[in-house]
Amino acid sequence: MNLLVRLRPVAFIAVLLVVWQWAISRQAAPLLPGPLAVLQGLGELGQSGLLLKHVVASLFRVTWGFAAAALIAIPAGLAIGWYRRSEMALNPLIQIIRPISPLAWIPIAILWFGVGDMSAIFLIFLASLMPLTLTAINAVQTIPNVYVNAARNFGLSHAALVYRVLYPAVIPRLIIGLRLTLGIAWLVVVAAEMIAVNSGLGFLIVDARNAGNRYDLVVAGMVMIGAIGLILDTGIRSLEGIKSLRWGYSDD
Amino acid sequence: MTDAAPTKLRVRGINMVFERDGVRTPVLENIDLEVGEGEFLCLLGPSGCGKSTLLNIMAGFLSPTSGEVTIDGSGVTGPDPRRVFVFQERGVFPWLTVEGNIGFGLFKLSREEREQRVAHYVSLVGLQGFEKAYPQELSGGMKQRVEVARALAVNPDMLFLDEPFGALDSITRLIMRSELLRIWQAERKTIIFVTHDIDEAVQLADRVAVMSVRPARIRQVVEIDIPHPRDFSAPRYLELRDGIFEQIGLAHKV
Repeated sequence: MNLLVRLRPVAFIAVLLVVWQWAISRQAAPLLPGPLAVLQGLGELGQSGLLLKHVVASLFRVTWGFAAAALIAIPAGLAIGWYRRSEMALNPLIQIIRPISPLAWIPIAILWFGVGDMSAIFLIFLASLMPLTLTAINAVQTIPNVYVNAARNFGLSHAALVYRVLYPAVIPRLIIGLRLTLGIAWLVVVAAEMIAVNSGLGFLIVDARNAGNRYDLVVAGMVMIGAIGLILDTGIRSLEGIKSLRWGYSDD
Repeated sequence: MTDAAPTKLRVRGINMVFERDGVRTPVLENIDLEVGEGEFLCLLGPSGCGKSTLLNIMAGFLSPTSGEVTIDGSGVTGPDPRRVFVFQERGVFPWLTVEGNIGFGLFKLSREEREQRVAHYVSLVGLQGFEKAYPQELSGGMKQRVEVARALAVNPDMLFLDEPFGALDSITRLIMRSELLRIWQAERKTIIFVTHDIDEAVQLADRVAVMSVRPARIRQVVEIDIPHPRDFSAPRYLELRDGIFEQIGLAHKV
């Protein structure tokens, strides 16, 4: 029963693949490669070692850009949220920077860091910075006052208040924010790689088209992006099952 | 009953005015009150009258506009682990287990002492077997007991309880009241208990301070001269309860 429920999405994807293949086979001049061709493309990339190389390159950039952003944005956001005045002072600036697409920074990234890894990492860093800061600000502001008062009542020092109350109280919300932001970072890495570097899944897609209209490889790159996105998301989601965090996710 | 006890807490000339968007709302007016060592006092008043505000001032979470609170002769300037505030069960930390919550205030003790103390209070409030459970897995009444145990574990001399049983069903509420009385008789803390429930006040307290609507004053302090366990149908119980009903200006018929 449970297994059947779990298999339902897989079955649905299988049906879609069959329909896809069937639709392609009825077309004289295909607008899209079929799933079999894509699978072949993936095999080809896997055998030549290119697939692994591009995946590793993309993951490397996302890891560094995302980690650097988290390291700065989370403590900064928590501090900004805790001190109401600093939030009032900084909020207009945050709201101005926020709607600027990280991709608008591409020319500046190239100007500062040249064409290479640093540019791409910088773009991912920028893309992750704002959502993580806002998540942290919001997380700290929604801590129920009663937790803070209870902690003060027991005579906790400032450091202990941060470590024993603020930190555990914000973790569930931070994890949600990390999850959403990792999705954004993964979107941006592809765009950054199309312009600023010559490796990674984004580069693979552009290169496959430029070097001979290999649309099977273009779609293979897209499939890989989706698959890795799913794995990253599942990884972070699994944190939500930890017993001491579960209170933050369910309403019962 | 408590005449001989030395004064624990003294409230002198407390006034509290909240100011919001330029509108001044007086909440407390000229409150004077004395509470004896080991006494169980109920602050009774209608919802929103300001009794919680008064309790928060006594506990040091709020500063009054004028007047002062002294405990053991010295002025209250902030919250203190010797006097613990029990919120409704909302105050339990959801990221800690029952054990973790009850031991929360015991960070100055050695690990061994802490474990002993936690075990003692777990059994005092009847939560054996739930030590490793998270609050999410507990009922409202159990969470409330975790809070009371967390407060008692640091061995305070005073407890402030703000409508602690308000969110519980009526059966659980009755059980919790007798548990609280049992614990109070065992540990002899000074307890100040805020409620809007006349029966609750008459069942629990040594004295009941009856408050008026906002801005709240203390209308009268009623001594409940009935020994525990109290019989809810005894003539004296009904007489005291009806006296308070009249004091508040309610006919007790629906």
